[in-house]
Amino acid sequence: MNPALQGLITIIIGVGGCVGYFYFSNQILDKVLFPARGENAGRNINRANAIRPWLFMGPAILALGLYLAYPVVETLRLSLTDRSLGGAFVGGDNYAQMFADEKFWEAVRNNFLWLLIVPAASTAFGLLAAQLTDRISWGNIAKSLIFMPMAISFVGAAVIFKLIYDARPEDVQQIGILNAVYLQLGGDSPITWLTVPFWNNLFLMVVLIWIQTGFAMVILSAALRGIPEETVEAAIVDGANPFQIFFKIKLPQISGTIVVVWTTITIVVLKVFDIVFAMTNGQWETQVLANYMYDKMFRANDWGVGSASAMIIMLMVTPILVWNVYNARKEMR
Amino acid sequence: MDNIAGKKSGLTWAVHISVAALVLLWIFPTLGLLISSFRTTDQIRTSGWWAALFPAVQNETLRAADPDEARFERDGIFVVEGNLYVVDGSVESAADVPAEISVWGTSSREIDAYVAGETADMGDGETMTVQSNGDYIWTGDEDQLSGRGQRVFVTAESPPEFTLGNYQSVLFDPGNREGMSRAFLNTLTVTIPATIIPILIAAFAAYALAWMDFPGRALLVAAVVALLVVPLQLALIPLLSLHNDIGIGKGYLGVWLAHTGFGLPLAIYLLRNYMVGLPRDIIESAKVDGATDFQIFTKIILPLSFPALASFAIFQFLWTWNDLLVAMVFLIDSSGETTVMTRQIVELLGTRGGDWEILATSAFVSIAVPLVVFFTMQRYLVRGLLAGSVK
Repeated sequence: MNPALQGLITIIIGVGGCVGYFYFSNQILDKVLFPARGENAGRNINRANAIRPWLFMGPAILALGLYLAYPVVETLRLSLTDRSLGGAFVGGDNYAQMFADEKFWEAVRNNFLWLLIVPAASTAFGLLAAQLTDRISWGNIAKSLIFMPMAISFVGAAVIFKLIYDARPEDVQQIGILNAVYLQLGGDSPITWLTVPFWNNLFLMVVLIWIQTGFAMVILSAALRGIPEETVEAAIVDGANPFQIFFKIKLPQISGTIVVVWTTITIVVLKVFDIVFAMTNGQWETQVLANYMYDKMFRANDWGVGSASAMIIMLMVTPILVWNVYNARKEMR
Repeated sequence: MDNIAGKKSGLTWAVHISVAALVLLWIFPTLGLLISSFRTTDQIRTSGWWAALFPAVQNETLRAADPDEARFERDGIFVVEGNLYVVDGSVESAADVPAEISVWGTSSREIDAYVAGETADMGDGETMTVQSNGDYIWTGDEDQLSGRGQRVFVTAESPPEFTLGNYQSVLFDPGNREGMSRAFLNTLTVTIPATIIPILIAAFAAYALAWMDFPGRALLVAAVVALLVVPLQLALIPLLSLHNDIGIGKGYLGVWLAHTGFGLPLAIYLLRNYMVGLPRDIIESAKVDGATDFQIFTKIILPLSFPALASFAIFQFLWTWNDLLVAMVFLIDSSGETTVMTRQIVELLGTRGGDWEILATSAFVSIAVPLVVFFTMQRYLVRGLLAGSVK
């Protein structure tokens, strides 16, 4: 069957199924199980209302449980078993094997580099862009252009930046702008940027910074606008210069938002996969955890070590998870 | 606010300039890809895309026609004439020559020995004249005009030239096995159900979490917040085995379900945050009037929540359209029939690494749709971002 047709049918079945489920389950609840009439009308209404939330949330709970909660447990189990031994429990063997792998430590080191640099740089650039564009008439156009990479896929961005980093032999014209500029500035010979160990990590990070800055800018710009004007006015009256206003008055007031932006980008960074996969595939010492995991799971077919490395990613996310839940609960009270 | 200090800050200019610099820096990479996708293979090979806006200066080695066939005798000397570009086969007639020759030479050591229109003396009476459009006259005696045609090294300037040929071959050439048309349709097939279905499921759940009272509600909200950050990497193997066990295997159904599951936490979170903010009076007066929860939801909540629904729809659309990992794991089997655009591009990066006309065009085909969505629906996207993270 034509996949497009199949897609259309799925939409109809999916949407129809959802609507049908919600409609009929409510009907059955109200008309058949606990009809709101007869001698028990009052009790029935109460019972129906106690059950209804679970009808509304049923599909969502099922999907969340099956697609996100169950895999966490299952991955933990897989990381403690060995597939080649028929799934026998092997305790920490997979982890021991992984910790003995040099590539793993390279991935961990690079992930920490990414975690240090990308959120910091994106937030800083985003803050700069937000502060600057808020003050000028064409700020909205500027914002929308800086925000644009957000819509571009990591793979698309990888192609874009590969063109920038492209290197040609010395005797022909460079078509990668980085090498063209480098030679113009007096470099000796073109450099294949993505194969220079250590520094190539930075060249990969630039891609993510380029994408995430717009996100940081949008959020921080809204936060900057939310600052009460009186505080800024008071500072101006007291003779503060623009830099003092920004660093001493505005920045402390949006620190909460900065933390949110920082953690959101941190999560993106922890999961970064496409960029490394498309640009270097972890060669030349650019491995990161998510790509290492993909390597182990789908190339080496080693589910044990693959799951173990996935658990490491989970472990790194956990502090943020706890922090988010803590904040959400505080807010609901 | 800035005027309060009295003096219109001298920084204003600095601000304008730095914003302009920042914007240029940010659109420069994409611009490079866009321009490259409209250039011919030769242009991309010989110059950077930033040169495309200016006339391109190119060095070429051309050859006069084979003298044994083309020569004729005039006034006692042998002559070969014609147009270098026509001989080269790059144009049909001399009138179509796009380039303008500035200097030329007959030896590889001195490729700029003569300007266009000059006559070169090649010794013993052999001469050559090359005009700026490539017309040439080559004269000499019978021995000199034999063997292969005389080589001519030209330095030519061609005006900026753009072509739609790359898009033609990437999108509409049915014979092109690396084309994007099928991948484009596949991506669309993945994206649309994977965007619509989670919205429906999430909207009902969000309503329950926002407006219904039941034990465990706070716990469920906390669970949604927690699942928001669970890396989907953890879900790959368990779910793939699950799909295999229940007979879905790799295919569209699997990828739709996976995207639905992975998109739900954000959907529920965004929609709940929005719905909680809706005015309580409306909902309560509807209840007093005897509306059921189902009616309240479909007649009041859904229409009022349109902005939040739109924000999430954009997020989910961008995310599923741009996704690589989920498609690779849950959809693309060894036959490659169901490949999506991101996967196709990664493959092209491997096999056609240096062919930027193909890469740039393919990448731009996949980027174009999200960009259109982005620029038309930016308002909702921003609103969604703010609702999702500032809370």
